[in-house]
Amino acid sequence: MPNVTITVNGKSHTVDVAPETLLVELLREKLRLTGTHVGCDTSQCGACVVHVDGAAVKSCTMLAMTADGAKVTTIEGLANGSALHPMQEAFREHHGLQCGFCTPGMIMSAVDIVNRKGSELDEHTIREELEGNICRCTGYHNIVKAVAAGAKAMKGGAKPARAAE
Amino acid sequence: MSATGIGAAVRRKEDQRFITGSGNYTSDITRPGEVRAYFVRSPHAHATIKKVNTKAAEKMPGVVAVLTGADLANDKIGGLICGWAITSKDGTPMKMGAHPAVAADKVRCVGDAVAVVLAETLRQARDAAEAVEVDYGVLPSVVDPAKAAAKGAPQIHDVAPNNMIYDWHLGDKAATDAAFASAKHVTKLDIINNRLVPNAMEPRAAIAEYDQGNDALTLWNTSQNPHVARLVISAFVGMAPEHKLRVIAPDVGGGFGSKIFIYPEEVVALWAARRVKRPVKWVSDRSEAFLTDAHGRDHVTKAELALDANHKITGLRVHTIANIGAYMSTFSSSVPTYLYATLLSGQYAIPAIYAEVDAVYTNTAPVDAYRGAGRPEATFVVERLVEVAARELGVDPAELRRKNFVKSFPHQTPVIMAYDAGDYDASLTKAMNMIDYKNFGQRKAASEKNGKLRGIGFSTYIEACGIAPSQAVGSLGAGVGLWESAEVRVNPTGSVEILTGSHSHGQGHETTFAQLVSDRLGVPIETVSIVHGDTDKVQFGMGTYGSRSGAVGMSAIVKALDKIEAKAKKVAGYMMEASGDDIEFKDGKFTVKGTDKSVGWGDVTLNAYIAHKFTGGQLEPGLKEGAFYDPTNFTFPAGCHIAEVEIDPETGKTTIANWVAVDDFGNIINPMIVEGQVHGGIAQGVGQALLEGAHYNSDGQLVTGSFMDYAMPRAADLPSFKVDTTLTPCPSNPLGIKGCGEAGAIASPAALINAITNAVGHENVPMPATPSTVWKAAQGGMKKAAE
Repeated sequence: MPNVTITVNGKSHTVDVAPETLLVELLREKLRLTGTHVGCDTSQCGACVVHVDGAAVKSCTMLAMTADGAKVTTIEGLANGSALHPMQEAFREHHGLQCGFCTPGMIMSAVDIVNRKGSELDEHTIREELEGNICRCTGYHNIVKAVAAGAKAMKGGAKPARAAE
Repeated sequence: MSATGIGAAVRRKEDQRFITGSGNYTSDITRPGEVRAYFVRSPHAHATIKKVNTKAAEKMPGVVAVLTGADLANDKIGGLICGWAITSKDGTPMKMGAHPAVAADKVRCVGDAVAVVLAETLRQARDAAEAVEVDYGVLPSVVDPAKAAAKGAPQIHDVAPNNMIYDWHLGDKAATDAAFASAKHVTKLDIINNRLVPNAMEPRAAIAEYDQGNDALTLWNTSQNPHVARLVISAFVGMAPEHKLRVIAPDVGGGFGSKIFIYPEEVVALWAARRVKRPVKWVSDRSEAFLTDAHGRDHVTKAELALDANHKITGLRVHTIANIGAYMSTFSSSVPTYLYATLLSGQYAIPAIYAEVDAVYTNTAPVDAYRGAGRPEATFVVERLVEVAARELGVDPAELRRKNFVKSFPHQTPVIMAYDAGDYDASLTKAMNMIDYKNFGQRKAASEKNGKLRGIGFSTYIEACGIAPSQAVGSLGAGVGLWESAEVRVNPTGSVEILTGSHSHGQGHETTFAQLVSDRLGVPIETVSIVHGDTDKVQFGMGTYGSRSGAVGMSAIVKALDKIEAKAKKVAGYMMEASGDDIEFKDGKFTVKGTDKSVGWGDVTLNAYIAHKFTGGQLEPGLKEGAFYDPTNFTFPAGCHIAEVEIDPETGKTTIANWVAVDDFGNIINPMIVEGQVHGGIAQGVGQALLEGAHYNSDGQLVTGSFMDYAMPRAADLPSFKVDTTLTPCPSNPLGIKGCGEAGAIASPAALINAITNAVGHENVPMPATPSTVWKAAQGGMKKAAE
């Protein structure tokens, strides 16, 4: 069986994988990082989004072997120790999640949107950019608010402002 | 109001694990020595099974066993059942066909399981499933409910001639016919309530483990009600006695009804785990979910509304054909009957209502409760009729509603329900102000200037939640009582564990239930934990659906907290040498009335356990109380949603320009969570109205079987919503709660279709109102206007 060497959340792993193994299977089953979820089988839902070498990737659509040598960040690696990433904090603050299943992918995509589009995101941009992430619980209303606030907080390096009550 | 008490927008306690990827969903769990299960499923909608040859598959790498329907029957594993008995007009019971977890003789829909492969890895199981040879005798199939009972239609279950499960009715036929005979105006509509796939983002999963030493089974599953699953799998399927079966529903990634039901795969996982004596793990993929999760809605309805010369509604007559699918799912029979026809009075005082419902089998996936369950269908019928009646009569749709609103309470409808409280004028008025109804004409003119059509539509909905008084539902055929249980365990150090029979799969119970406890006991919310979803921890419970966890689940907690307070007062009395009757409890402090003598919560809880201040004869040590709460009535959340749309007549594209929701949910524990429930409900209703529709072709193949073909609402399909509330407390439960989980999905389809039909000037806009549908209607509307 071939092996891949992959750095996940700052830690290097060399793992034997069958050639057909998907990145998400490597993460969930071999490394037991179960925060990355699988919500569909057609690369539509986005629950499996992780960052590979800094870019958002649907890990259900990438072979583990093609990630050989890559640096991968999953939802488990986003926080800095016990300090949450501003986007994580924004999702909690703005009630941007309910059942939590799409949330890891949403947050990883949201961070990627900010990395690509900057921290001043209007509602239209956020909604268009979330095209590849499906949520069935929230109606996206609070996700959009969370992404906007998280984006601002990422720029400022500060915590997102407390939502209006 | 304290910062963490009732009414505060407390940030959710459960979020920490979800935002850090530390949730614990069923598919995240692995058990030592587990094998993976993969099902061989029928590619045919209707066929006899002539032969299943498993020999080649059994020899494939990694295969542990291949089990068939014949094996299941040999092991005398019982079939799945529908737990709500409906009686036809002639008094005969509903005709429930057998539903084995693996088909042995005949398959009745695409996706019906015919065998299961167990192997060391999922890939090995999937590969071996390809090698299972099934010899089918293909039969003609029927998927359209309107055709299922027709002469010559394929017969799906022998026990149900003409595929008719029941023909049921409710209301007074003679009085309703008389109302129509003397009506000044009658509005008629043909309505198809489109079939939907619930699509919780977490696909269903089951892990079963057999403990040989104790002859006991454990099932981890994606369930909204693990205790009911245990009861059914024990008492009806006959898998194991209840005390030898533990069901754990850990973090569950959304349900919307579809995870209420007991499914074949969890039965098979348990049975297989005991046979191969290794844990068995099954995780649905999304394609499998489309084929096998219970779907929702799928009604074909003819409806008529009678009005007198003063525009008062005098009668409502409805005939509905409800598609039940290939098998009767757990609560399928109740959805198009007691959860549907009982809500046909809407917010209106209607003297006579008569509803007939024919439930039919078809060669499609089972249909059961999906967010709202029957009430969205009822609301769509009533709110479309009233809107169209207003247009036909040339009166303002808001004023026609207002004229017919129920205005005094309690109000007994002709269809069982007794509305206890509400103020429908208040929510309508507030919503109209929020959307600036009076200036709609200006906005319409501005749209027209830009070549666009603009429309506005109302939905003044009502629902029955807080499901439900056990005796009442028992008299209507329910096989279970619908109370809820709670246990309050106070630890010696004063922290509190609440064991509840409710189950959270996104609703935020770990926060809202803790808010109640924090408010009531004056303890920090961090010292309260909520335990749910494990039959070994929580003794029994009825689970979460029907917007019942606040109104029923929290009422049970209130009852148990009453007992905790009473006992804690006794302990405090012994500590301060006073009678327990003289102790007051407020903000976490016990005070002897009229004195400044007091002790704190932590002192009392410790003394309850060390028991140094009283003898065993005086008081039992400890501080733990339980309660069962059975509601005395349904609750009746109601409100008004108004949708405003702009349509491009060239493309048929509908844009939601404005959405206002004003709901009366009674008292609210956490407004942030309630708003979130409303947003999500509206999104699902907008999905139904604009995007979603499960479609089977005439051969019974599901052609909308993935997220590529079935249009789930994406962020860009939806606007931000304007959400507010009005308040009439619910009089029938201690917290005055009505429930909020389903309202959005119930109200919104009618509001949106009323807006679109208003814009295009044509009533024939079936759901989902896709651009091609709307374009055709717009062309028809313009043609009508030109004539």
